Amino acid sequence: MRGMPGAAGLSLAPDSPGPAGAVCLALQRAEVRLGITGQIHALRGVDLTIGVGERVALVGSNGCGKSTLLRVLHGLVPLSAGTRQPPNDMRVAMLFQRPYLLRLSVLNNIVLGLWLQGVPWRDTAQRAREALQRVGMADLAQRNARALSGGQVQRLALARAWALRPAVWLLDEPTASLDPHAKHEVEALIADFCAQTDAQIPTTLVFASHNLGQVKRLASRVIYLEQGRLLADLPVHQFFNPAWLQAVCPSACLFLQGESL
Amino acid sequence: MNTFSDSLATAFALITSGDPDLWTVVVRSLSVSATACAIACGVGLLLGSRLATSRFAGRGALLTLLNTSLAIPSVVVGLVVYLLLSRSGPLGFLGWLFSFQAMVVAQSLLVLPLVTALTRQVVEDAENSHGEQLRSLGAGNGLRALLLAWDERYALLTVLLTAFGRAVSEVGAVMIVGGNIEGFTRVMTTAIALETSKGDLPLALGLGLVLLAVVLVLNALVSLLRRWGERAEGGAPFMVAA
Repeated sequence: MRGMPGAAGLSLAPDSPGPAGAVCLALQRAEVRLGITGQIHALRGVDLTIGVGERVALVGSNGCGKSTLLRVLHGLVPLSAGTRQPPNDMRVAMLFQRPYLLRLSVLNNIVLGLWLQGVPWRDTAQRAREALQRVGMADLAQRNARALSGGQVQRLALARAWALRPAVWLLDEPTASLDPHAKHEVEALIADFCAQTDAQIPTTLVFASHNLGQVKRLASRVIYLEQGRLLADLPVHQFFNPAWLQAVCPSACLFLQGESL
Repeated sequence: MNTFSDSLATAFALITSGDPDLWTVVVRSLSVSATACAIACGVGLLLGSRLATSRFAGRGALLTLLNTSLAIPSVVVGLVVYLLLSRSGPLGFLGWLFSFQAMVVAQSLLVLPLVTALTRQVVEDAENSHGEQLRSLGAGNGLRALLLAWDERYALLTVLLTAFGRAVSEVGAVMIVGGNIEGFTRVMTTAIALETSKGDLPLALGLGLVLLAVVLVLNALVSLLRRWGERAEGGAPFMVAA
């Protein structure tokens, strides 16, 4: 079931989103309660299946559960109820809104990330250099990571993730708080990484964003969350069709109008 | 005021003339506290950072106990170590009572809770902010503890300084387990207490001045080290990468 209140009578069959092939990540009736007494109901009965190679955007207002959902998909936040199907034999990389870089050189931050993921030590430096080259930061390899600008930090975090050759990317508002130029650079890198077709596993992308233009450019499927509930799960062109959206999920339509102001 | 100014002048004379009585006590005092701090910091840094990243049943109670132990008076620590090391005590066979080792043990036990509790606080704050990202990279509890402690090394320097300050300035524990034996276990604080009671104010004041100067120099060194680290890294040490 893909949460679509009010969608009764509307056939979405031809464009219905979701995996056509192998399942990458799945949640069934996922509930997350946070806080000491579980007073914060962050996710409520979320059913979601993401197929291998899908590009999924999570949208909704602040506090709606986007970040929690990403963390649940990664396995960083345990479910209070429901089940999670993790990706099988696929590397998952998560990029945070404010990436944490250790007080080390740019190169060593990537080396450390590779080593933590079990890459043999002798291979780490070479792979780290390749990753830096990939994001255009080879000349900053020896600079301390704490001395980078916001855009460079995000590019370094992308390089650290890309060095692992992940099959699944989970991005939590990766370009929020960046200036337009840095935003464009980071988005181009994300698009580039995801466009790379691995011979065996196509890249799966799940990202949270408030940037509707970015959602249109990067996603093929949009999930709308409100107060921890999954209220709409639509192909991107239907999500941005006001008449359609008004019919299937009026609150998502209101949200879009608010975001467009 | 005359007594004070006269004593101060004599104290300066004692310091600058390299009075052997004064400097022997100073060196012994610094050796005891430095050894005790090295031991306590070795254990406390590991213990505190591990506590910061671990979650287990009874953790809350353990933290309450740990924080309570910060307020233990040094004489009580001295008393406990005395009982442990006395001939009839469980560690009496070591024959350490009234020795350098006894003072080191007492001061180590005195500052261990301080180092552990403050390290736990510093590393746990970092864990709350960044632990999730390190977990997403695959770092388990132990590795996160080490990485975060390393990353917060400038903040932990202040913890070490606090620990040394507490060790070098305490008088109760070393008095009980060291016995303030001249030429053997007399340290700055016990000597100050004794000389004051004897009325030898210049020596007491001289020792007090040296004690202050040691702490001042250490503070300056830590400050310089932090600033040097910031400069070497090309950014402020606590700047959040945004």
